[in-house]
Amino acid sequence: MIGVGKAKQYANVLDKPLSRGRQEVSLSAFAFLFSELVQYNQTQVDNIAELERRLEDAGYAVGARVLELLCHREKGNRRETRLLGILSFIHSTVWKVLFGKVADSLEKGTEHEDEYMISEKELLVNRFISVPKDMGAFNCGAFVAGIVKGVLDNAGFPAVVTAHFVPIEGQQRPRTTILIKFAEEVKQVCIV
Amino acid sequence: MASTACFVIVSKNDIPIYEAEVGSAPKKEDLAHQHQFILHAALDVVQDLAWTTNAMFLRSVDRFSDLVVSVYDSVVHTRFMLLHDPRSDDGIKSFFQEVHELYIKIFLNPLYLPGSRITSSHFDTKVRALARKYL
Repeated sequence: MIGVGKAKQYANVLDKPLSRGRQEVSLSAFAFLFSELVQYNQTQVDNIAELERRLEDAGYAVGARVLELLCHREKGNRRETRLLGILSFIHSTVWKVLFGKVADSLEKGTEHEDEYMISEKELLVNRFISVPKDMGAFNCGAFVAGIVKGVLDNAGFPAVVTAHFVPIEGQQRPRTTILIKFAEEVKQVCIV
Repeated sequence: MASTACFVIVSKNDIPIYEAEVGSAPKKEDLAHQHQFILHAALDVVQDLAWTTNAMFLRSVDRFSDLVVSVYDSVVHTRFMLLHDPRSDDGIKSFFQEVHELYIKIFLNPLYLPGSRITSSHFDTKVRALARKYL
């Protein structure tokens, strides 16, 4: 039969179905793309804080879109109204779709009521990146922190999200922790 | 049978990003303004209602004389609001779900700034076609 096996061409993106498509993307392609993103931003800024902020902004845009798309695909259009609900959504669903595995752990902060931490032994985005000593505590995981921030902000739980290296004994490379600190209004409005 | 229907998409910050009169009644300028006013007034109710339920379709949240406001609240708190004559919920729910899918496709565009107006004429055509189909 003629035409069998050929993908149907759509005139406009609005006509294309929202199917799952290919689940996997080449890791090397992503690593190159991400490295280029970091290098490009490095030439545009004067200091580390600005660089982290730019990576965060890039991740924020991804987070917003990931939230909308995943809720449509995975959860059959049900929203999250609870804090723990959205956090476990990020910890499992979002991580699984973006990085192929659920996050290593989700913990509640001990010092402050509104702090939570998602830990990962090694973030996918950091796998091929080494940070020189003179850049101090800079972490390219700021991109992932931006993704988490994008998801939380757009779901209605504003938060400040940062990525930190946590050295672990017995391990050569430090663990990465994404620290989530919720804004004041979240404590008042939402049921934890 | 002429039917009134005014459809508005409002972003999280209460800024309308898309509006369309999709009813089959003849269009009148002053009525259009009144419809938009009614829809904006209903936003307060939506804000409170949105946090009480997991579902996205909030059914009819407000009434004005003989017109009903139905709202569908997406995950990123973009509200799809429809002002219409009283009618069954099923057609309206399907309409909202299909428009939601179209909206997701627009939203996924990395060059689309979330919260900005939707200017695509193709989107407009499709929404009106869906309105004719379901409403």
